[in-house]
Parts: sequence; structure tokens; C-alpha cells
Amino acid sequence: MTTTPQAVRRASPRIRPPAKKPTKAPAREQAATDPSAALLPHAEPVRLLDPDGTPRPARADYPEPPVEALREMYRRMVVGRRFDAQATALTKQGRLAVYPSSRGQEACQVGAVLAVGHNDWVFPTYRESMALVSRGIDPVEVLTLLRGDWHCGYDPARVRTAPQCTPLATQCVHAAGLAYGEAHQGRDTVALAFIGDGATSEGDFHEGVNFAAVFKAPVVFFVQNNKYAISVPLSRQTAAPSLAYKGVGYGVPSEQVDGNDPVAVLAVLTRAVAHARAGNGPYLVEAHTYRMEPHTNADDATRYRDGAEVDTWRDRDPIARLETYLRTRGALDDAAVAAIAAQAEGYAADLRERMHVQPEVDPLSLFDHVYATPTPQLVEQRELVRAELAAAGEGEG
Amino acid sequence: MVATTMAKALNAALADALADDERVLVFGEDVGKLGGVFRITDGLQARFGEKRCFDTPLAEAGIVGFAVGLAMSGLRPVVEMQFDAFAYPAFEQIASHVAKLRNRTRGALSVPMVIRVPYAGGIGGVEHHCDSSEAYYAHTPGLKVVTPATVADAYSLLREAIADPDPVVFLEPKKLYFSSAEADLPAATEPFGRAVVRRPGTDATLVAYGPAVPVALDAAEAAREEGWDLEVVDVRTIVPLDDATITASVRRTGRCVVISEAQGFAGVGAEIAARVQERCFHALHAPVLRVSGLDIPYPAPMLEHTHLPGVDRVLDTVARLQWDDRPDARWLPQGSAA
Repeated sequence: MTTTPQAVRRASPRIRPPAKKPTKAPAREQAATDPSAALLPHAEPVRLLDPDGTPRPARADYPEPPVEALREMYRRMVVGRRFDAQATALTKQGRLAVYPSSRGQEACQVGAVLAVGHNDWVFPTYRESMALVSRGIDPVEVLTLLRGDWHCGYDPARVRTAPQCTPLATQCVHAAGLAYGEAHQGRDTVALAFIGDGATSEGDFHEGVNFAAVFKAPVVFFVQNNKYAISVPLSRQTAAPSLAYKGVGYGVPSEQVDGNDPVAVLAVLTRAVAHARAGNGPYLVEAHTYRMEPHTNADDATRYRDGAEVDTWRDRDPIARLETYLRTRGALDDAAVAAIAAQAEGYAADLRERMHVQPEVDPLSLFDHVYATPTPQLVEQRELVRAELAAAGEGEG
Repeated sequence: MVATTMAKALNAALADALADDERVLVFGEDVGKLGGVFRITDGLQARFGEKRCFDTPLAEAGIVGFAVGLAMSGLRPVVEMQFDAFAYPAFEQIASHVAKLRNRTRGALSVPMVIRVPYAGGIGGVEHHCDSSEAYYAHTPGLKVVTPATVADAYSLLREAIADPDPVVFLEPKKLYFSSAEADLPAATEPFGRAVVRRPGTDATLVAYGPAVPVALDAAEAAREEGWDLEVVDVRTIVPLDDATITASVRRTGRCVVISEAQGFAGVGAEIAARVQERCFHALHAPVLRVSGLDIPYPAPMLEHTHLPGVDRVLDTVARLQWDDRPDARWLPQGSAA
């Protein structure tokens, strides 16, 4: 991949691209007079690899990440997809109540995690299980929520990752508050908030972006536009040209990216995180991707989308795209691909084995964390449950 | 002792908390330069700076959600909802996150914060400014729900709320903001979960909280003319509720009326009445009765006094406490004789 000056479309990614019809003012002058120009995303999603893995001309605004990072990204995407398939299989075996797959969104799930550091905070939704295991969180702890032995299985403070958020968009405001609080205490933590296309219609998305902007909080809002909110298509969520356009109204610079292009996702998010960490306030990124599976295993996607559409996206597979490119670069060969696949199989086998162990649950622990110290009423109820358990135990005996 | 108002006591509590603990942040709508629409945060921004006391965008879910993030980062947010009904946009944040984060994470995360809510009526406020919203919060496990009735309690309970490891919804009866009393501040802080006997009596117990406490005290005073010696218990913290103090009082007096300004149906008063009935059945000479607001949306200012429980409604209810052991005619099946 070579860099040619002609290939650099614009000097700054934050200047509105020239309109198709010639305008009176050149782009730069227009930017000087129109404050929104500095905030709007590119008219087309940023793409650095074509769907067949062919690199696009290099661009100065989004330098390609180092090849070692891309190789690691490939490894995590392969492991992540295998984890995702294993989790879906676990629903069929009754080990998980439900599982919302992110198959097809591997570039987004892994790219976001690679773009932030271990000291940064991540605010995931229920669809980010793959991102969480990619962040290094124990997959059994990640799946605790869906296995049902508790709500959040990992220690959020230790792994700097909020519990997976099921209410939509509420985590956007938490990310703003956390990022501001960290900055207030002199720390350079960035918060990355995941959100889906449907949830951008929720008020808390807008309040989160607005609070982050007003308080210049270092937050990256990362919208994975996977085209469906369960069954409802994007056209019912917004009339905006792109979800990334929602930043401009809040004074937040935004970008849109081909979410199935791993190189572009990592490049765009790396830039967004750097922007936030440098004290420039929040950044909004929309990734155009596709949910290959139904909303969850309990959903029937054939009722609202046709197979041809899914097939179109199958041809844009992010893992195949990155693999092709890395092979071209000489960074991946058959042996490496096989080794990574074997690693993914081992990861899945270990998960399968550990998930087949019936977890221990303690009914009396239900009272332990409602408050720091149980209220007298909870102490009474705890005794009631203890007596019920004892009676049941005697009955069995 | 000097005379001071509840508003000034709350202001002093916030100032002392800001001075004592640099993690404390006070924010909300109009709390900065203006000092809040009720002036509870008056002068705090000037004294502690814009990083400690600041205005936010006008968005209550945002304010509370922002506080969740701040608490996660180790700070101690104290937020102001401008009025009771304006806190409703924040309800999802409060019910799904503020109340549950500790439990969801088995105690790994906690979000100690205080959500201050000026609440209830009696000030001639226009609609959406006078709701008694305590039942919504009290019905949500994970929240503590506190409401002061005196100047000294306003100070001490707010200090306690800010120091508490759990989130506290702090309900400030706005009709009492400018009530004045002799009080030495800082007043001693008592732990949550302690009700207090405001007035000892022997014939019946009036249980009240927040804006209903002065009503109960006035009613007890007026009842002397009727020959009743009434005890008044101020609940102070709805969650955690002090069953022990309430039931001890009712066991002494044998009769109980629970007074709340809120609508009565499915309210905090109903819960207290049920608990007293369960725990004191053999000590009771009469059913536990309730005095409350009417089960209507809060009325327009010229009609609010019909809605609000006053001394007369309390005394009428006390009169029905089986003093002559006859059934209450209102509740007999139709057609049957008393």
C-alpha cells in the first residue's frame, strides 16, 4: 500500500466534502464560514479496504494502523466469531437463556476494544459480548448475565467496563459522567460508549452526547448501525442522511466508517480516541455494518428481511476481507491462519466445558447487595427465606 | 440557638459537605449563579467555584445519568431536580441504574449520590409543581428515601444522605422551605432509619412524614380540646423505615392514624398502616386509619386546600378510632343497621 498525495482526498477529515455541484466557495472557505462543516462526517463512509481485501489509496487523515495491530485484530476477530458461535450453540443446549449475536460485526467489536487502553472505560450494550471477551474479560463472566446466575458476572471496576446495558442508550450519559469525573480528577481516561442504530432514537443518546459536548468530556460514542432494531429498519429510526450527522447539532465532530472494513474501523476509532484524550471533547462515529444473525436466537429474522440482503452482506465479511489483505501484505499465511483457528477452537472448547458446569446459586445472597448494609426489612425477609429453605430441605430429607 | 429556615439549613448542609469532602459536586438546573429556584444552593458556586457547583443542560435524565458516571469515577454527586414532577424524565435512570448498580454487580460498583427533589404542595403552585412522588421511589429497592420535617433534620439528614454509601432520594417539602425554627447548626447527624416521637401522647399515635408532620402536630394540639392526648411520630426516613419506633408507639397508645399528603391509594401511608396492623394487632383498639390527599391529580391552586389533609380531616379520623366501640357506618354493607 503506497501513499500518493493525489490520493489524499482532503487535508482534514472534518471539512465537509465538496458538493457534487460546484459551489461558489471552495471547501476550505466554506469551512471557515459554516461552523457545521468542521463537524460533519465525510459524505461516504471511510473505507481503507475494499470488500475483496484490496487496499484503497492511502489517506493522510486516516493512516493505516501498524500491521502487527491488524494481525492481532484478525486473531481477535477469529476468536470472537468462534466465541459468538459457541454462545449461540449454548442457547440451543439450554445453557444460556438467550444470546444476541454480533456475527458480522467483528470489525466493530474488536476495533473498538483495540482503540482504547486498559485504563479507559468501555460502556457496552447487551450485543457487545464479543467486544468484552476481546477486551480480555473471562467469557464465563461475560455470559453470566445470559446464563442467569447473576446480572453482571465480571467486576466492572477491575476491568474498567460497565455492566452490559440492556435499557437502551442510558449508558451514553454514564459515559459522559464518568469521562468528566475522570478528567475532573486529573486523569486522562477516555470513555467509549457502544450504541446501536435503534437506540440513537432514545432521548438518553441525545442527552449523553449533549452533556459530553457541553462538559467537553472525553467520550467516543460508537454507533454500530447494523441496519435493524430487532425488526425495525433504519428508515424508521431517522431521516438524517447518516447517524453520524447527529453529532453536528451538538457541536460534536463525527465520522462514518465502513464497519465491515477492519482497517478503517481501527483507524477511525483510533483517531476519535486520540481526539477525546487530547482534551477536545467527545467524538461520534457511525459504523455501517450488518447483523448477520437474528436479534437473538429467539427472533425470526425471515419475517422482516430477505435472504438476498443477508447474502449481500455475506460478501462483505470483515474477517475474510482482513485475511485477504494480510496475506497480500505477507503478514499472514496458511500456517498462521490454521494456528489462529486452532486457538479459537481451543477457546470455544474451554468455554463449552466451563459452561457445562452447573453454577452454584445462593438464594440468601439476594439480600447482600441491595444496599451496603441490608435494611431491617431485608434482614427480616432474609430470615423468612432462610426458614423456607430449611423447611424445603427437611421436606426433601 | 438562632432562628433559621429549612432552606438555609439545607444550604448550610451543602456548604459544609462541599467544604469537608472535595469529592462532593453539586449540580442541576439553575443551581449555579441563581442559587436554585428555591435558593437552596445560594452562594455555593461563588464560594466553591464552578467545578464544584455548576449548572447543567436542562435534561433530568441527563443530570442523573451524568451523576451515575461521576459516582463510578469516585465522586459524590448531589443533584437537584427542580420540581417533583420534573424528575420524571430521570425515572429510568433512577429505577434501572441508580437503584440497581450495586446489586447488578454484586457490590463491585456503587453509586452513592443524593437526588434532591423539592416535593409536595401547599404553595399554590401551578400544575406539575406539587406532586408527592415518594411512593415511586420507596417502591424501588436500592434507593433510600428521606424527607425532613424540621429545620434541624433538614441539615442533619442531608449531611447523612451525602455521606451514605447508597443513593438517596432526598425529598424536600417545599411548603416548609421557609418555615423557621431555632436550631444550632451543624445539627447532630443521626443514622438513617430512626423515626422520632415529636410529641408524646397516650391516646393514639399519629404517624406522619415530611409535609404532613406539622399537620399532625397541629392536629395533636387541637385534639387537646377534644380531650385526646395524641402522640406524633415523624418517620424521617421512609426507606429504611423504622418499624420499631412506630410500632412501639402504637403498642403504647393502642390506636393509630397514618397521615400523608400524597394520594392515599397504594401509597407510603398504606404501607405503614399495613405494617402497623400486622405487627400490633393485639395491641390495637381500632383499625389503623389513614388520612391522605385525595386520589386525584394534584389540583389547581384555588382547589388545593380541598385536597390537602388538614387538621379537621385528621381530627375527624381520630374521632372514628372506636372510642365507643361501634362499627364505622361508612363501611357497613349497604342495608345493614349500625
